[in-house]
Amino acid sequence: MNKLHTVNKSPFDRSALATCLRLAKSGSSVLLIEDGVYAALAGTAKSGMIEDRKGDLKFYVLGADLDARGLSEKPMIDGVETVDYGGFVDLVCEHDSVHSWL
Amino acid sequence: MTDIEFDTEGVKKKFMFVNSKPPYGTIYALEVLEMILISAAFEQHAVIAFIDDGVYQIKKGHNTKATGMKNFSPTYGVVEMEKEDADEDEDIDMVWRIVVEKESMEARGLTEDDFVVDVEVLDSAEMAELMAEQEVVLAG
Repeated sequence: MNKLHTVNKSPFDRSALATCLRLAKSGSSVLLIEDGVYAALAGTAKSGMIEDRKGDLKFYVLGADLDARGLSEKPMIDGVETVDYGGFVDLVCEHDSVHSWL
Repeated sequence: MTDIEFDTEGVKKKFMFVNSKPPYGTIYALEVLEMILISAAFEQHAVIAFIDDGVYQIKKGHNTKATGMKNFSPTYGVVEMEKEDADEDEDIDMVWRIVVEKESMEARGLTEDDFVVDVEVLDSAEMAELMAEQEVVLAG
Protein backbone atom coordinates (compact mmCIF):
# COMPACT_ATOMS: atom_id res chain seq x y z
CA MET A 1 0.00 0.00 0.00
CA ASN A 2 1.84 3.11 -1.10
CA LYS A 3 0.25 6.29 0.04
CA LEU A 4 0.47 9.92 -1.01
CA HIS A 5 0.22 12.37 1.88
CA THR A 6 -0.64 16.00 1.15
CA VAL A 7 0.04 18.72 3.74
CA ASN A 8 -1.43 22.21 3.29
CA LYS A 9 -0.55 23.99 6.57
CA SER A 10 2.57 25.96 7.54
CA PRO A 11 4.86 23.94 9.84
CA PHE A 12 5.48 27.09 11.90
CA ASP A 13 1.80 27.56 12.66
CA ARG A 14 0.18 24.13 12.80
CA SER A 15 1.11 20.55 13.57
CA ALA A 16 -0.23 18.99 10.34
CA LEU A 17 3.24 18.21 8.96
CA ALA A 18 4.56 16.95 12.30
CA THR A 19 1.61 14.59 12.67
CA CYS A 20 1.91 13.44 9.06
CA LEU A 21 5.61 12.67 9.48
CA ARG A 22 4.97 10.85 12.75
CA LEU A 23 2.36 8.57 11.20
CA ALA A 24 3.55 8.17 7.59
CA LYS A 25 5.04 4.75 6.83
CA SER A 26 8.45 4.37 5.26
CA GLY A 27 8.35 4.43 1.49
CA SER A 28 5.31 6.69 1.17
CA SER A 29 5.31 10.14 -0.44
CA VAL A 30 4.57 13.59 0.95
CA LEU A 31 3.39 16.43 -1.31
CA LEU A 32 3.54 19.93 0.18
CA ILE A 33 0.81 22.24 -1.13
CA GLU A 34 -0.67 25.68 -0.25
CA ASP A 35 0.83 26.93 3.05
CA GLY A 36 2.53 23.54 3.41
CA VAL A 37 5.17 24.69 0.90
CA TYR A 38 6.93 26.77 3.61
CA ALA A 39 8.21 23.44 5.00
CA ALA A 40 10.27 22.87 1.83
CA LEU A 41 12.51 25.92 2.38
CA ALA A 42 16.14 25.27 3.25
CA GLY A 43 17.74 27.08 6.17
CA THR A 44 14.67 27.69 8.32
CA ALA A 45 13.99 26.66 11.92
CA LYS A 46 11.75 23.86 10.56
CA SER A 47 13.95 22.53 7.73
CA GLY A 48 15.11 19.67 9.93
CA MET A 49 11.65 18.09 9.92
CA ILE A 50 12.01 17.05 6.28
CA GLU A 51 15.78 16.63 6.30
CA ASP A 52 15.39 13.97 9.01
CA ARG A 53 12.96 11.93 6.88
CA LYS A 54 14.49 12.30 3.41
CA GLY A 55 15.91 8.81 3.66
CA ASP A 56 12.65 6.93 4.02
CA LEU A 57 10.01 9.24 2.53
CA LYS A 58 9.81 10.92 -0.87
CA PHE A 59 9.07 14.67 -0.78
CA TYR A 60 7.41 16.84 -3.43
CA VAL A 61 6.34 20.49 -3.45
CA LEU A 62 3.79 22.18 -5.71
CA GLY A 63 5.55 24.82 -7.83
CA ALA A 64 2.47 27.02 -8.34
CA ASP A 65 2.11 27.48 -4.57
CA LEU A 66 5.81 28.34 -4.20
CA ASP A 67 5.42 30.86 -7.00
CA ALA A 68 2.32 32.46 -5.47
CA ARG A 69 4.28 33.03 -2.26
CA GLY A 70 7.38 34.47 -3.96
CA LEU A 71 9.50 31.47 -3.02
CA SER A 72 10.54 30.11 -6.43
CA GLU A 73 14.01 31.64 -6.17
CA LYS A 74 14.59 30.59 -2.55
CA PRO A 75 16.74 27.50 -1.92
CA MET A 76 14.73 24.33 -1.26
CA ILE A 77 15.83 21.42 0.91
CA ASP A 78 17.94 19.01 -1.20
CA GLY A 79 15.91 16.09 -2.47
CA VAL A 80 12.53 17.84 -2.46
CA GLU A 81 11.19 17.67 -6.00
CA THR A 82 9.08 20.48 -7.45
CA VAL A 83 6.03 19.38 -9.44
CA ASP A 84 3.37 21.26 -11.44
CA TYR A 85 -0.40 20.59 -11.37
CA GLY A 86 0.07 17.81 -13.96
CA GLY A 87 2.69 16.27 -11.68
CA PHE A 88 0.21 16.44 -8.79
CA VAL A 89 -2.27 14.41 -10.86
CA ASP A 90 0.46 11.92 -11.80
CA LEU A 91 1.36 11.46 -8.12
CA VAL A 92 -2.28 10.79 -7.22
CA CYS A 93 -2.49 8.18 -10.01
CA GLU A 94 0.80 6.51 -9.09
CA HIS A 95 -0.22 5.96 -5.45
CA ASP A 96 -2.89 3.62 -4.10
CA SER A 97 -4.54 6.30 -1.97
CA VAL A 98 -4.26 9.90 -0.80
CA HIS A 99 -4.33 11.18 2.76
CA SER A 100 -4.86 14.95 3.17
CA TRP A 101 -3.40 16.36 6.37
CA LEU A 102 -5.24 19.58 7.19
CA MET B 1 -29.22 54.73 0.81
CA THR B 2 -29.04 56.49 4.14
CA ASP B 3 -26.04 58.65 4.88
CA ILE B 4 -23.83 57.32 7.59
CA GLU B 5 -22.21 59.87 9.83
CA PHE B 6 -18.99 59.12 11.62
CA ASP B 7 -18.57 61.00 14.85
CA THR B 8 -14.79 60.73 14.83
CA GLU B 9 -13.87 64.41 15.02
CA GLY B 10 -10.81 64.76 17.24
CA VAL B 11 -10.52 61.04 17.83
CA LYS B 12 -6.91 59.97 17.37
CA LYS B 13 -5.57 56.71 18.70
CA LYS B 14 -2.43 54.64 18.46
CA PHE B 15 -3.35 51.51 16.52
CA MET B 16 -1.26 48.43 15.98
CA PHE B 17 -2.11 45.89 13.30
CA VAL B 18 -0.45 42.56 13.99
CA ASN B 19 -0.09 40.33 10.92
CA SER B 20 0.73 36.80 12.01
CA LYS B 21 -0.71 34.52 9.29
CA PRO B 22 0.73 33.56 5.90
CA PRO B 23 -0.73 35.45 2.90
CA TYR B 24 -2.93 32.96 1.02
CA GLY B 25 -4.16 30.06 3.18
CA THR B 26 -6.74 32.11 5.06
CA ILE B 27 -8.50 35.47 4.75
CA TYR B 28 -6.71 37.01 7.78
CA ALA B 29 -3.95 38.80 5.84
CA LEU B 30 -6.38 40.46 3.44
CA GLU B 31 -8.76 41.52 6.23
CA VAL B 32 -5.98 43.14 8.28
CA LEU B 33 -4.73 44.93 5.16
CA GLU B 34 -8.22 46.35 4.70
CA MET B 35 -8.30 47.57 8.31
CA ILE B 36 -4.95 49.28 7.81
CA LEU B 37 -6.20 51.20 4.78
CA ILE B 38 -9.38 52.21 6.64
CA SER B 39 -7.28 53.56 9.49
CA ALA B 40 -5.45 55.76 6.96
CA ALA B 41 -8.79 57.18 5.79
CA PHE B 42 -9.48 58.20 9.40
CA GLU B 43 -5.95 59.60 9.90
CA GLN B 44 -5.07 57.35 12.81
CA HIS B 45 -1.58 56.53 14.05
CA ALA B 46 -0.62 53.02 13.02
CA VAL B 47 2.08 50.46 13.58
CA ILE B 48 1.92 47.71 10.96
CA ALA B 49 3.66 44.72 12.50
CA PHE B 50 4.63 41.38 10.95
CA ILE B 51 5.31 38.42 13.24
CA ASP B 52 5.27 34.61 12.90
CA ASP B 53 4.14 33.50 9.41
CA GLY B 54 2.93 37.08 8.84
CA VAL B 55 6.45 37.92 7.66
CA TYR B 56 5.73 35.84 4.54
CA GLN B 57 2.98 38.33 3.56
CA ILE B 58 5.59 40.88 2.48
CA LYS B 59 7.95 38.44 0.74
CA LYS B 60 8.98 39.82 -2.67
CA GLY B 61 7.96 38.21 -5.95
CA HIS B 62 4.49 36.79 -5.32
CA ASN B 63 3.17 35.33 -8.59
CA THR B 64 -0.30 33.88 -8.12
CA LYS B 65 -1.10 33.38 -11.82
CA ALA B 66 -0.98 29.56 -11.83
CA THR B 67 -3.04 29.24 -8.64
CA GLY B 68 -5.76 31.61 -9.82
CA MET B 69 -5.71 33.59 -6.56
CA LYS B 70 -5.56 37.37 -6.27
CA ASN B 71 -2.06 38.68 -5.60
CA PHE B 72 -2.62 41.47 -3.08
CA SER B 73 1.03 42.04 -2.19
CA PRO B 74 1.26 45.22 -4.37
CA THR B 75 -1.22 46.76 -1.90
CA TYR B 76 1.54 46.82 0.73
CA GLY B 77 3.14 49.41 -1.56
CA VAL B 78 0.08 51.57 -0.88
CA VAL B 79 0.64 51.09 2.86
CA GLU B 80 4.22 52.25 2.36
CA MET B 81 3.00 55.31 0.41
CA GLU B 82 0.61 56.19 3.24
CA LYS B 83 3.51 55.95 5.65
CA GLU B 84 5.68 58.20 3.46
CA ASP B 85 2.86 60.75 3.16
CA ALA B 86 2.46 60.69 6.93
CA ASP B 87 6.21 61.21 7.35
CA GLU B 88 6.55 64.02 4.82
CA ASP B 89 3.29 65.98 4.80
CA GLU B 90 3.10 68.37 7.75
CA ASP B 91 -0.67 68.70 7.33
CA ILE B 92 -1.16 65.01 8.05
CA ASP B 93 -1.03 64.32 11.77
CA MET B 94 -0.31 60.62 11.52
CA VAL B 95 2.67 58.51 12.56
CA TRP B 96 3.05 55.21 10.74
CA ARG B 97 5.67 52.51 11.22
CA ILE B 98 6.17 49.20 9.44
CA VAL B 99 7.95 46.73 11.70
CA VAL B 100 9.08 43.11 11.49
CA GLU B 101 10.04 40.86 14.39
CA LYS B 102 13.65 39.71 13.91
CA GLU B 103 13.16 36.27 15.48
CA SER B 104 10.20 35.43 13.21
CA MET B 105 12.07 36.62 10.12
CA GLU B 106 15.22 34.66 10.86
CA ALA B 107 13.42 31.44 11.81
CA ARG B 108 11.81 31.51 8.34
CA GLY B 109 15.01 31.95 6.37
CA LEU B 110 14.26 35.57 5.41
CA THR B 111 16.28 38.80 5.52
CA GLU B 112 15.30 42.48 5.17
CA ASP B 113 16.15 42.26 1.45
CA ASP B 114 13.34 39.75 0.92
CA PHE B 115 10.58 42.29 1.61
CA VAL B 116 8.49 44.37 -0.83
CA VAL B 117 8.49 47.35 1.56
CA ASP B 118 11.10 49.05 3.72
CA VAL B 119 10.73 47.80 7.28
CA GLU B 120 12.21 48.35 10.71
CA VAL B 121 13.48 45.08 12.17
CA LEU B 122 12.86 44.86 15.92
CA ASP B 123 13.84 42.10 18.31
CA SER B 124 11.18 40.50 20.52
CA ALA B 125 11.91 42.77 23.48
CA GLU B 126 11.57 45.90 21.32
CA MET B 127 8.39 44.53 19.73
CA ALA B 128 6.91 43.79 23.17
CA GLU B 129 7.72 47.34 24.25
CA LEU B 130 6.05 48.80 21.16
CA MET B 131 2.96 46.59 21.63
CA ALA B 132 2.62 47.72 25.21
CA GLU B 133 2.54 51.38 24.09
CA GLN B 134 -0.48 50.90 21.81
CA GLU B 135 -4.04 51.94 22.62
CA VAL B 136 -5.69 49.50 20.21
CA VAL B 137 -4.12 46.25 19.01
CA LEU B 138 -5.89 44.42 16.18
CA ALA B 139 -4.50 41.04 15.26
CA GLY B 140 -5.05 38.63 12.43
